[in-house]
Formats: sequence, C-alpha cells, structure tokens
Amino acid sequence: MLVPWQGGPRRATAWMRGREQRLAGTIVEFDRVGLRYGTGAEVLRDLDFRLNEGGFYFLTGPSGAGKTSLLKLLYLAQRPTRGRMSVFGDELAHAPREALPLYRRRIGVVFQDFRLIRHLSAFDNVALPLRIAGHGEAEVEGPVREMLAWVGLADRASARPPTLSGGEQQRVAIARAVIARPELLIADEPTGNVDAAMAQRILHLLTAMNRLGTTVIVATHDLGLIAATPGAQLIRLENGALVDPTGALRNPPGRPAEQGA
Amino acid sequence: MSFFFVSEPDRRLIPASGLRGPVPLLIAIMTFVMVVVAAAGLALANTASVVRGGVESRYSIQIADGAAKAPAVLAAARAATGVSRAEQVPPAELRLTLERWLGPVGAEADLPIPVIIDVDLKPGADVRVVSSAISRTAPNAAFVAHRSSLAPLLKALNGLTILAFGLVLLIAMASAAAIILAARGALDTHRATIEVMHGIGATDGQVARLFLRQIASEALLGGLAGAAVAGTILGLILGGAGFATSLAGAPPLQWKDAVLLALLPVAVALLATVVARSALVRALRERL
Ligand SMILES: Nc1ncnc2c1ncn2[C@@H]1O[C@H](COP(=O)(O)OP(=O)(O)O)[C@@H](O)[C@H]1O
Ligand SMILES: [Mg+2]
Repeated sequence: MLVPWQGGPRRATAWMRGREQRLAGTIVEFDRVGLRYGTGAEVLRDLDFRLNEGGFYFLTGPSGAGKTSLLKLLYLAQRPTRGRMSVFGDELAHAPREALPLYRRRIGVVFQDFRLIRHLSAFDNVALPLRIAGHGEAEVEGPVREMLAWVGLADRASARPPTLSGGEQQRVAIARAVIARPELLIADEPTGNVDAAMAQRILHLLTAMNRLGTTVIVATHDLGLIAATPGAQLIRLENGALVDPTGALRNPPGRPAEQGA
Repeated sequence: MSFFFVSEPDRRLIPASGLRGPVPLLIAIMTFVMVVVAAAGLALANTASVVRGGVESRYSIQIADGAAKAPAVLAAARAATGVSRAEQVPPAELRLTLERWLGPVGAEADLPIPVIIDVDLKPGADVRVVSSAISRTAPNAAFVAHRSSLAPLLKALNGLTILAFGLVLLIAMASAAAIILAARGALDTHRATIEVMHGIGATDGQVARLFLRQIASEALLGGLAGAAVAGTILGLILGGAGFATSLAGAPPLQWKDAVLLALLPVAVALLATVVARSALVRALRERL
C-alpha cells in the first residue's frame, strides 16, 4: 500500500508501523485567529477552521494571500496576535515559550526553501530531529539509513546539501520532516522548485505518510497536485481570510482521508 | 552537570572556529594583564604586611640633648616589663644618616645629635607601663611608635593594593563584556542553523550548550596561555628574588600567591562560561 521509492523498501518499514490506527479527532483548531507583523495591517484575519487527525489538506490561494504565514502559526514559528489556536488539543496561542519545543517535536516541516544545514551531510540533516529529541546514536543510524532509502537517497548519505540537486534537497528535507514520526506534517510549496515528475514523487511521499496516520497540510498553487490527490480537502485563503462558503472547514465532515481511500 | 558533554554529531552542527577567532587572543591578553596586576597587588600586600610586622612592636626613645642620660634611660628601658630588646642607635650611624640628608654639614661634630634608643616590645606588652618607666628616668624623653611614623607609607601601600585588585576586577568585567559580544556574534554567525534547530524542537539549553563548550575551551586555552606568559615574565623579574627579599625582609610573592595566580586563568574560563551561558540564553529568548 505504501508507494515505494525506486529501489526503496516494498512495504511499510519498522519505524512507520504502529501509527496506522488512530482515532479521528481534531488535531488543530483555530478560533478567530488574526496575525499581523509588527504594526502592519493584519495579514491573517478571523481564521476559523479545524483540521481532522489523519486528514490531508491543501492550502491554496494567490501569492501573498497568507499561506506561509498560516503555516508558520501551525509550526509554532509565529504566535497569533489575536484569537485562540489549539494544537494537539492544547491552547498554544499564549503557551509559555519553554513549552513550545516539545510541541514542535511532534510537527514535521518541509520549508519552501528547504532550510537544510549546509555544512552537515544529508545523513546528519535527516538525523537532526532524532538527536534533538535525545535519541542515542544506536537509535539514529538504522532509521536514518532506512529513511534515506525511502526517499531514494541511500547513496547520497554523506553528500552535503549544496552538492545535491533541488529535487534531492527537497527529499532530504522531507526525510528530515518525517524521521521523528510527526503527528502533523506541514509542507510549504514542496513542489515549487521541481519538475512535474519530481512533484509526483514528492506527493507520493506525502500521501504515504498520510496513509500511515499523519495529518498532512500542503500549501500549493499546483492544481495538478490537488487533482492527483483524491480525498484531500481544500483550504483556500484570499487576502488573509478563509474562503469557506459552506462552513465545511469550521465543521468538517468526518475523516477526509477515508473518503478517498 | 552534563553541560559540557557535547556529542560528536552535535559538535558538527557548529563548526569550531579553529581558535582563529579573536576570543582566545583577547582572553590571553586579558589574563596576562590580570595576572601581572594581581601579582603586583599581592606583592604590595605582602610588603605592607612585612613592613607592618616589622614595626608593629618597635618604638624609639628620643632624647634631644641627653647624651649623659643615655645609659640610665637604656637601663630603665631594659628593666621595664614587656621590653624584649632595647638598643641605642650608634651616634655614628645617626651622623651618617644626617650626612645623607644634609651633605657634609651633617658630619660637623658641633651639630647636636639626639640619642635614639630602639625598643622592641614583647607581644601583648603594655606600652603605657614602659613609657611611664622611661619618663620617670628622663621626663623630657619622647617615646614614639614606629607605626605612627610609617603610617603614611602603609596607607600608600594599602591604597596601591586596593587599586591593583580593583584593576583585576575591572579587567574581569571587560573580559565578561567581550565574551558577551563574542557569544552574540557566534549566534549571529550561526543564525540559520539555530533557526532550523529551534524549528525542529531544540530548547535554548540545547542550542546554548553547542556554543558553550567551544567558548569555555577557548577561554581556558587563552587564559592558560596568557597566564603562562605572565608567569614566565614574573619569574624572570623576581628571579633575582634575593634582591627583593633583602629589601622587604621576605620574598614579595609566596607559594600561596603563586597558587592563587595560577588559579586566575581557571577563574577566567569559569567566568567566561557563566557569562556566555547567560548571554546566549538571553539572546535566544528574544526569538520565539
Ligand atoms: N516577516 C514578515 N514581516 C512582514 N510582513 C510579512 C512577513 N511575512 C509575510 N509578510 C506579508 O504577509 C502577507 C502574506 O505573506 P505570505 O504568508 O508569505 O503569503 P503566501 O505564502 O500566501 O504567498 C504578504 O503581504 C507579506 O508581504
Ligand atoms: Mg508562501
């Protein structure tokens, strides 16, 4: 059922197992959330929505609509300036700063500009979340090799990011985002810098994670990507506000991932 | 404290500057100056205490025109309870001193030379008993404590000692300020790495630790180098310690002082580490 990477394992590997059964529930809830940078105008206004656990969401909207800003709120790199925001059932809009690292460890992020550490090998980049979470080297080596194989980069483990192609860097970024089995996976235009074939491969990796129970939210303009993902739900942003005429985002119908499965 | 334990992979996160940065040099210079100034301070303190010890129990009896009374006063002084030693300063010696101040005129015999008798008291002796015993024999004799005539010198020595230790403190503060700048600079240099680490869920402590190990080892290395140079130079200066010893009656620096000075670079490294940690954590706290 897992879409294998060429040469990768044919089935869900050990680190992926054990996540397949989750109860459907709300993983993220925004309640009239607003965001402004400094003293500027609000770039996000009155955001009201819920994300279901195990769902697959596309965040769309024109450039400058606030997609990246919304994702930053989700991966706790930015605090809302207004409203309430709960993640994993905990109110985090005003959570103390020291509480945030533990939540961040439950969230995987694929940044638009990858943000790989240039002077570290692909292996060390992918291993970073495990090491930060305090895993010893014995618990790092195997999973990282396996993960690099899964994204088709088994033979590039010791390469540094500047020597990798855009698509390869993107896959290292995805491997790093999912190595610690996040409950929430966030990707900001993950196919923005790659060709169509690579975009398809990357989408396969994201949907594979989703099938294993990870909630996935992907910001994209790529209509082809959306069309290729049945069962995914669309969140449309325009001018910092949600376009939700049916109210489906406020009160989502069931678990979307199951509908397309 | 697992504070200094940084694993090999973690070490790769923040590539070492390879001691090419200004921090070790700066710390070396600061520690060098600190050790030299501290040594000077200790030497001054030691000299002051030697001088104070030497004069603590020393008094002199001065009789302006009493060449005739001298033997009687000397006998009375020796007989008084609490006196351990009483000795007349030979007139020849006094004349020599006068000559040094006044030139050949001082040597002329018709200048009246006062009688001076040096008196050492036993520890705990009552000065008043001795002084009244002497004034009974020679009412116009002056009984003077050396301490009071040396007070201005001792005051100056104490002042200089305090100044030296104050300078050591000031240098320590300047070093701390330099460390704070260096720590902030290091954070700026590695801003991208830190952002990624924070994003992945690293705590401020985890990030700070990566820098601390490096700052601490650079500070210790710089400190030891600076102290070694200072120690060598001090050794050369005090090498002919015989001279200094003969001046003050004791070596200007003792073993316990040398140990204290040797601990300075360690103290500097500790200070650097503590200051760097608080600077790092404070700077990291400015981010989300
Ligand atoms: N760090 C920032 N400081 C100030 N304004 C920002 C910042 N980041 C984004 N913005 C502004 O917020 C708006 C939304 O930007 P962004 O979230 O990047 O949109 P999108 O990802 O949909 O293109 C834009 O007007 C942008 O200029
Ligand atoms: Mg964007």
